[in-house]
Formats: sequence, structure tokens, C-alpha cells
Amino acid sequence: MSSQEKLLEIKNLKQHFKVGKSTVKAVDGLTFDIYKGETFGLVGESGCGKSTTGRTIIRLYDATDGEVRFNGEDVHGKKSAKELKKFNQKMQMIFQDPYASLNPRMTVSDIIAEGIDIHGLSTSKKARMDKVVDLLETVGLNKEHANRYPHEFSGGQRQRIGIARALAVDPEFIIADEPISALDVSIQAQVVNLMKKLQREKGLTYLFIAHDLSMVKYISDRIGVMYRGQIVELAESEELYRNPLHPYTQSLLSAIPLPDPEYERSRKRKVYDPEKHLPKDGEERVLREVMEGHWIACTEEEYQKYQVTI
Amino acid sequence: MEKILEVNDLHVSFDTFAGEVQAVRGVNFHLNKGETLAIVGESGSGKSVTSKAVMRLIPNPPGRIKEGEIKFGDRDLAQLSEKEMQKIRGSEISMIFQDPMTSLNPTMTIGKQIMEGLVKHQNMSKSEAKERAVELLKLVGIPNAEGRVNEFPHQFSGGMRQRVVIAIALACNPRVLIADEPTTALDVTIQAQILELLNDLQEKMGTSIIFITHDLGVVANIADRVAVMYAGKIVETGTVDEIFYNPQHPYTWGLLGSMPSLDSTDEELIAIPGSPPDLLDPPKGDAFAPRNPYAMKIDTEMEPPLFKISDTHYAATWLLHEKAPKVEPPGAIKKRMQGMAPSEPIIGAKDGGKNV
Repeated sequence: MSSQEKLLEIKNLKQHFKVGKSTVKAVDGLTFDIYKGETFGLVGESGCGKSTTGRTIIRLYDATDGEVRFNGEDVHGKKSAKELKKFNQKMQMIFQDPYASLNPRMTVSDIIAEGIDIHGLSTSKKARMDKVVDLLETVGLNKEHANRYPHEFSGGQRQRIGIARALAVDPEFIIADEPISALDVSIQAQVVNLMKKLQREKGLTYLFIAHDLSMVKYISDRIGVMYRGQIVELAESEELYRNPLHPYTQSLLSAIPLPDPEYERSRKRKVYDPEKHLPKDGEERVLREVMEGHWIACTEEEYQKYQVTI
Repeated sequence: MEKILEVNDLHVSFDTFAGEVQAVRGVNFHLNKGETLAIVGESGSGKSVTSKAVMRLIPNPPGRIKEGEIKFGDRDLAQLSEKEMQKIRGSEISMIFQDPMTSLNPTMTIGKQIMEGLVKHQNMSKSEAKERAVELLKLVGIPNAEGRVNEFPHQFSGGMRQRVVIAIALACNPRVLIADEPTTALDVTIQAQILELLNDLQEKMGTSIIFITHDLGVVANIADRVAVMYAGKIVETGTVDEIFYNPQHPYTWGLLGSMPSLDSTDEELIAIPGSPPDLLDPPKGDAFAPRNPYAMKIDTEMEPPLFKISDTHYAATWLLHEKAPKVEPPGAIKKRMQGMAPSEPIIGAKDGGKNV
């Protein structure tokens, strides 16, 4: 990590949805920080609330409770249009489905320049077009592509357009919600390499949401593992893979098939049974730091045990 | 080893307004009894079309099997009438699809859906079929099978639905099971369960499986042999150890290199540049040449034949020609081949002849 300056602080974030008479607690009390210049990976299985977390942070949903601080400033709650605009420029999103996230009736240049227009970032038509061409080249496309429509592109190319659109307003922070899961393996590597390169060049900070753990491990500096709306373990990515402590993380890691037949023949899968892992006498698990930078959701008693085993 | 299915020089094309899309361009492979053959490739490589052609599920028009034979026992499936084919589908060869949400009928109980094939192919009475349906649900690991047999698909989770689909596919004890990306829509932990189930069922019932996927991790887990497809052709085929520890085709290198390994840290992923060719107008020579950093002049002129590396291992690349310069696979791949490779000699030694 380049620095330990906090870019994003999330405190007790909650997102509850009313479904008929019951409430779905999609995100239920998340607390974590994202440092400037790092990639924070959020992993978990479908339905664990990882996408909801991303969408809530960027205010696509209004948070039920909790606080999101960006550069020390609370970005949720009531805001004037001007404040919102400023925030929207700093934080951008890349979506999962490159087929659904680009307007089929707009040309690529209009898609990319929409943010530039809204924020009034270019003074003339020419400057706008120059910026678009520049962005296209940054993401590995070229200026001939500017006047085409999304349907003329392959999945990997569309995702590049999505990235160019996110970059157009010079954001500091990008939320990438499963940006590669809809792409082929060889194209996935292209997009991940591109994202890494852009991060190096522009000092971007990423929140990388995915279910593919090997890719998340590859791209992230730190990883949070989500289960049922909560973070159960958070650590630097090397540490998390070398030394997973929470039984859910262990089961998730042991379930990944690796491209190595020898390893696969001997891989033993661990099963996580939430019923057997209920804390005694209803004590709630909270995130505790068992080692420097390694956090686990545990009870007081478990915390003591972790201290001993480490 | 008994060959249960043999596909020779299969060509499948689709007639579109833009012209003829040559989705499969001369594919040869065979399936041995009791083994799992994985077909790997990117979207558009023709892996699904190949498997659908075996089942004769290519809609005509626009699709058609242009050429080739699909030998199943002494019959050629490519020549059978629709009526004869119906007797084979579901009873001797059956198929599992990618999306368990859409491959089940939402208006029928799952019991009825399992019974359908049993009543049709095995002339069972309804009560017999129902008993068998409960047995099958137990076999695929659905708890409380007696009760759940009367439930509808929406009452099951994704993983459970895929188990139901597998139960339907296995109902008539097929000799060949074709699984088209059966775990792609599932979470890793559920995927692991389904793979274990398939491995387990294969051991019990001796079914031969064609497993189509783009995930090399899954391939390493389930396959005995692997066929790598690119642009409608098989570019490399071999036992699972040969493909992972001694890959020869630059495309296979690319596929392996584009997956990060869990214990590596900072190496750059080897992305395959560009995108697959348009099969409306397949390129002359080696279809992979434009994306291949090792491409030679001949690659743009002549298609490489399959070169033999061992009795089970073949690859279609001019790099294996005796006059070609010796090239080394990229560093990351070499590291992977050595670092994870078994200590014994690589070729053919590992499986005790199981896959031959």
C-alpha cells in the first residue's frame, strides 16, 4: 500500500429492504475503511450483500443506517445538488454486465462523454472529442470506435467502454461490481491487467466486488469476506489466503478448484455449517482484530482462543 | 479401452442473413467408457454446438450438420431420423444444461418431470416411476426426498435445482451424459458440491461424461482427458496431466496463463491479446495466428495438422513441426508446469493407463 490515508470510511452501514411484511437485511452493519491507492476486494456468495454494499456506498440506494465518509466528509444524508454533483464526480462505478450497462441508442463517444457534459469538464466540442479519443486509447480502443454503437463491440470491448466512461470525469474512487464475471477467461485477464495499469498510472482506489476468489486475490491488497450481510473476516490478501481463520472463509477457499490436477486430486473441501457455528448463549459476533490488520467476526471467548493459537 | 462415442470430421454451420457461420469446422474426438472428457474453450469456440450436435439438438434451420459422423455403438447419430433420435435422447445419451433456473418446467412438480422419461423410455407404470423418482432424488442428495418430490422448481435453491436436473438426466441410466457448463451459474461452494456429486455418480454408475466448461480449475478437478477448442476446431487434446503439465499449443498456454494461481503474487497475467475470429469468414491458415505471439509465416498460409506428442496427446500447432524453431512457453507457464508438476515423469505415467 502506498499510504495509510483513509479515502473511504464506512461505519455500521445498513441496507434493509422491505419485502411484503418481512424485512431483508441485505447489508447489516458493515464497518471498514478503504485506503488511498489500494484495491479493496469484497467477496462472498450470491445473496451475501456484496453488490448491495457497493450500490449503497455510491448512493444508488439510500442507506437504512450508518455512515459513509469520503475524504473525511459524510456523503450520505441530505445534500444539495451541487454537493451531490461533486461527490458523483469523485466516485464512479463499473458494472457487471457490459451488455446491459451501455445505452444501445447512444454512440460510444456520447456514452463516454456523458459525464464530461454533465460536469461541464470540457470547453469546446473539440476538447470533448479529444478527451474521448484519449480515453479510448487509454483503455486500448481507438478513435475509429468513437462513432459506433455498443452492439458493434464484443463483451471485453464493451467493458473497456464502461471503464472509459468511469474514467471520463477523473474519479478518485471506482467501485467495480463483478467487472469480469461476464467475460471469457482470456478477456478477463486483459481487463484485470488494464485495471491494474490504470491504478498505477492514475493512483486510483478500487472497491472490487466479485465471487471469483482467485481473481480477487490477484488484484486486491486487502479483502473482506462477506456472509449474510456482514463481514466475517478482513485481512491483507496474502494473509487471508495463507491463514484464513474464520470457518466460512476456510470453506470458501477450500471450494475453489485450481488449474492443477495434482492439487485437485488431494483437495479436501471444508464445509461451513452456520447452525453448528452459532455462538453460545446468543452473544453477538463482532469484528475484532486478532493480529495486526487481520480482523475476524468472533465472540469474546473465540477472540481469546485466536490469541492463543496465533 | 472401449470407445463409446466417436465423432469424426464434424462440421456444423448456421445459415444467417450475413452468410454461413462455420461454428464447428472439422472436429474429431472420442469418448471412452467410464471416463470424463472435458471440452474447454471460450464462448464462440464451438464447444456447446459440438455437444448439441451429438444430441442432434441443433435447430434446423438455421443450423445444420454439414458433414461428419457421430458414431454411437454401430449407429451414426448424424444420419438418424428424428423419431429414432428421440429414443436415444434421455435414455442412452442425456444432457445437463447451464442454467438450472430455465431448464426445468416451472408448472410441473419435479417428481412429474423426473417421471416423464421413465414412463416414456422404460414403460414404467406411474407408481413405479414415482418410486424411482424418490430414489433418484435421494441419490443426488436431496434431503426429505419423499416430501420434496411433489414440490415445484421455484421451491428449490439453484444448487438443489441443478441436482434435480441431474436426477432427470440420470433417470434412465444413460451411457453418456453431456454436461454443458453445469456449474457456471452456481456459487463456488455449490459448484464444489455438484462436482463431487458428478464424480461420485460416475463411480457408482459408470457413466461416460462429456463436460463442457471454460473454467480450467473445474477441468483439473473432474476430467480424465481434455480437448481444447478454438474457432470451431480442437487445437490440443490429451490426458488432464498432459494438458496442465505439458501443454504444447500457444492457445493452451494463454488459457493457463490468464488464470491467476493462488500462491503467486505479483506476476502479470498473460492475457491473450485480441479476440476470437469471426467464423462467418474464418481466417486462412491457423485461426489462432493473429493472437499468437509465436506465429510464423506458415501459420497464415496453411492450417497446422495435429502433431502427435504421445499416444494420447496431440496438438495442432506448427511449432511442433521438426523444422520449426524451438520455443519455450512463457515464464509463468513454465513455472506453473514445474512448480506444481508431479515429481514422476509427466507423460502418460500418472494414471496407470486409466485414460488411454
